[in-house]
Amino acid sequence: MTATLAAISKKTAPEACERRVAVEIRAISKHFGTGERRVTALRAVDWEVYAGQMSMIVGPSGCGKTTLLSVVAGILNADEGSVSIFGEEVSRMSDRARTRFRATHIGFVFQQYNLLPALTAAENAAIPLVIAGWSKSKAVDRAREVLSSLGMGKKTESFPNQLSGGQQQRVAISRALVHEPSLLVCDEPTAALDHETGLSVMELLREAAVKPDRAVVVVTHDNRVFHFGERIAHMDDGRIVQVEDKGPFRPASAPSTGGHD
Amino acid sequence: MSWIALQMLTGDRAKFFGIVMGLTFAALLITQQGSIFCGLMLRTAGQVADTTGADLWVMDPNVLHVDDVKPMIQNNLYRVRGVDGVLWAVPLYKGTARAKIDNVEGKPRQVIEQVILLGLDDSSMVGAPPRDRILEGRLEDLRKPDAVFIDNNRLQKLFPGLPKEAYLRENYHKFLGKEIEMNDHRAIIVGVCEASRTFQSNPVVYTTYSRAKGYVPMERKTLSYILAKAEPGRDPEKVAETIKRQTGLGALTGQAFADKTIDYYLKYTGIPINFGITAMLGFLVGTAIAGQTFYNFTLENLKQFGALKAMGASNGRIIGMILLQATVVGLLGYGIGVGLAALFGVMSKGGELAFYTPRILLPITGVAVVLICILASLLSVRKVMVLEPAVVFRG
Ligand SMILES: Nc1ncnc2c1ncn2[C@@H]1O[C@H](COP(=O)(O)OP(=O)(O)OP(=O)(O)O)[C@@H](O)[C@H]1O
Ligand SMILES: [Mg+2]
Repeated sequence: MTATLAAISKKTAPEACERRVAVEIRAISKHFGTGERRVTALRAVDWEVYAGQMSMIVGPSGCGKTTLLSVVAGILNADEGSVSIFGEEVSRMSDRARTRFRATHIGFVFQQYNLLPALTAAENAAIPLVIAGWSKSKAVDRAREVLSSLGMGKKTESFPNQLSGGQQQRVAISRALVHEPSLLVCDEPTAALDHETGLSVMELLREAAVKPDRAVVVVTHDNRVFHFGERIAHMDDGRIVQVEDKGPFRPASAPSTGGHD
Repeated sequence: MSWIALQMLTGDRAKFFGIVMGLTFAALLITQQGSIFCGLMLRTAGQVADTTGADLWVMDPNVLHVDDVKPMIQNNLYRVRGVDGVLWAVPLYKGTARAKIDNVEGKPRQVIEQVILLGLDDSSMVGAPPRDRILEGRLEDLRKPDAVFIDNNRLQKLFPGLPKEAYLRENYHKFLGKEIEMNDHRAIIVGVCEASRTFQSNPVVYTTYSRAKGYVPMERKTLSYILAKAEPGRDPEKVAETIKRQTGLGALTGQAFADKTIDYYLKYTGIPINFGITAMLGFLVGTAIAGQTFYNFTLENLKQFGALKAMGASNGRIIGMILLQATVVGLLGYGIGVGLAALFGVMSKGGELAFYTPRILLPITGVAVVLICILASLLSVRKVMVLEPAVVFRG
């Protein structure tokens, strides 16, 4: 914790002019429920996510991380404010248009993997291509390639219940990347995994997912993986209280205590 | 996407079979109960159908159904013969008699059975069962003294206690020559024929009109029905109208009389209601099982559908998936259910059970199964429509 605070105090200044804005959210507010049950999940949040790096949303439970990520990914309508992804104003799109937009632009990784149990790893990973209209065989062939590149080449025909948690998450990441989305959103991708596996999944995300023309946003409250974040939004009670730009990833073995190097 | 829908559906074998079973059960119950009902109803008019050779049934105008015999005076026969368009008209006796059989298989045992006695016109034998249903003996033998034909389905009732093989067709000839007492008159079995089972299921005994009259001497009027034939080229229905107008009697074509009989049973006995309730229960239970299982299936898959929605599958495509799943289980359930009902029908053939599946019953069952599937999938579809894709991020 002290390490993190120290990091906050010393921001590495990246070359702001070179970064390409991937997601821009302005004055986003979101409430759930009505009357006494009314909960304010997001309070006028402003934020930007840049392409070519891994952004993180961190904070205590219930502070609104998942809600913010859902808005960023265009699967939840905010009550107020605007969201644009790579210049497209998704908050103004019709439901249909937004659904179509998600299909082509966004990849998802979930805490519980959300793989279809009746489909093999390759079939699961092929889903976004099938949604995009690919034939089954073409889509599954492509999915096998992606799985192989993520070290799952031997498990392409396994069903989810035959795979470990880490392997399932690898399948889920393959599924999220198979259609080359420009934005990848991950909600607590390591929460269901042990420490080692969690780290290797984060490595995989950093190596395979982060690309110059793609933005990656990871929600986590797992402080053991914070160091993967290059731009970290600290949230509390529906607000972003601090944005930390740490610049390019440094291995965890060199703790980001700043100052000392 | 359809392959995904199908794999989802069949992925969990137990659930898949559960849904199909529910629909099968519904389809089976509706078809089977419907068939028994139709079979029973047909039975009520079985004797009309058994009577061949004539176009028209002429009767007392107050007759309500075929068993509602209201004898007429003999003179009516001659009046009908005189009606324009009638080629010929013959009498038919239909009544009941007491059959008594002594010494069954040598045992000092006596059987007394109420039988349906049919007396056919002595010379023409109109009203006899069709040739292919005469299983033993020759129709002409009915003209021999004291001759009667008996009904094969009821042999066991008249001659109880014989070994099972005795009632098989190859042994029918052993009944020929046996003596029965019909209302204290001697009668000799000269033939065995197949008679449609009647609603009351009494044995049917055929003899000639004049001999039937002899068996029932106390009755003053013995003309139960007049069977008539329309002249070639004349519409039997029109001729029936003419008979009605000119004689004041009731006159119907065979089909119309059968319909009238079935109508009577439909209206005045509680049978249709009872069967309707069973079929309805089948529908409800089927809906409950299949609908519930299918709905549960969707609920359990809701998260998966949510994930698909998040990944950009439109509502339309997801609804398409659900409808495809419903269609597949519906078709399977319908096919297996109707198949089982047919199997049931085949197996019960020749037994006590009335079973007849009119063609119309199949689309009715189909519509019921489709309804169940639509109900089940509507619930499911509604759930998916309002599903926020954001649920996928909830633990
Ligand atoms: N669909 C919903 N209906 C009602 N309240 C909700 C809903 N979704 C979120 N909330 C509320 O909004 C607030 C923020 O929730 P959110 O899930 O974004 O928190 P979080 O930071 O992701 O928490 P966690 O770390 O536990 O996942 C919480 O108080 C939560 O109870
Ligand atoms: Mg959360």
